[in-house]
Amino acid sequence: MQLYDIDLASRLLLGTAQYPSPQILTDAIAASGCGVITVSLRREIAGARGANGFWPLLQATGARILPNTAGCHSAREAITTAQMAREVFATSWIKLEVIGNADTLQPDPFALVEAARVLCADGFAVFPYTTEDLIVAERLLDAGCRVLMPWGAPIGSGRGLRHVDALTAMRGHFPSVPLIIDAGIGAPSQAAQAMEMGFDAVLLNTAVAKAGDPVAMARAFGQAVAAGRLAFEAGLMPPRDMAAPSTPVLGMADLGLGGLR
Amino acid sequence: MRIDLNGAAIEVAARTLAEALSDLGYDGALATALNGRFVPATARTETPLHDGDRVEVLAPMQGG
Repeated sequence: MQLYDIDLASRLLLGTAQYPSPQILTDAIAASGCGVITVSLRREIAGARGANGFWPLLQATGARILPNTAGCHSAREAITTAQMAREVFATSWIKLEVIGNADTLQPDPFALVEAARVLCADGFAVFPYTTEDLIVAERLLDAGCRVLMPWGAPIGSGRGLRHVDALTAMRGHFPSVPLIIDAGIGAPSQAAQAMEMGFDAVLLNTAVAKAGDPVAMARAFGQAVAAGRLAFEAGLMPPRDMAAPSTPVLGMADLGLGGLR
Repeated sequence: MRIDLNGAAIEVAARTLAEALSDLGYDGALATALNGRFVPATARTETPLHDGDRVEVLAPMQGG
């Protein structure tokens, strides 16, 4: 898979928040096989050593860093945060989140497009967290985005793909744009479903971090994403309404006991 | 002078952003903004502070 001209072996992107311990976090990253991890920026207390512990730990994983603008509620806020992230993390990649509602954490598509336009023009590789709305997607591509990240379900909800038909339409409408399902994935089966539908990758965090055994769950997600992709490439059988025998009927014995009706 | 640092009002003697960070004991991987605008690390020494300025100092953090 290529995202902004970077080759990635894994189609899983993993968030780094909410893990029980730093060790479990790094073990989960390794177990998942993911090549990209998301990070954030938060206020630093003077004299604190928080950043000095966490950041080298993530650098040591070797995963590519995708900073986010989580928590930003305006285009200006997201733009400034992205600029700050580019300097600290030394990458032009940015997961652009502009939240429109504090309860639903739904993207604000208007501010999102506005921020994407500014950031793309400024040389950022923008990964916009968006809805499945096709026109918003068009505008984001017009703004210069070369990857889109539609939500599966609200952030942290673990509900899977809430709007399968709309996501199917989106996949069909943008056959050559890398589409990453971001947010709402709660189980490996849901990640596999997204991959079977032809989505290019899946980004998740809570489903692994809040699992009973995050390291095992990370491995499960890695396998599910790989399996789903393989299934997509293999070509799924078309579903049908009626049953069809899988064992050949030709040459079946007639035992005179009521078979072959 | 009085500035707002990460949402809290504090008194500083520093005249530039770089001086303020140094006086406050900031160190390591940090990004700064002044009144909502990003200030690159290289520009901090030439960025004067004024009474009432809003300064944000951010550091790497876990994220989803």
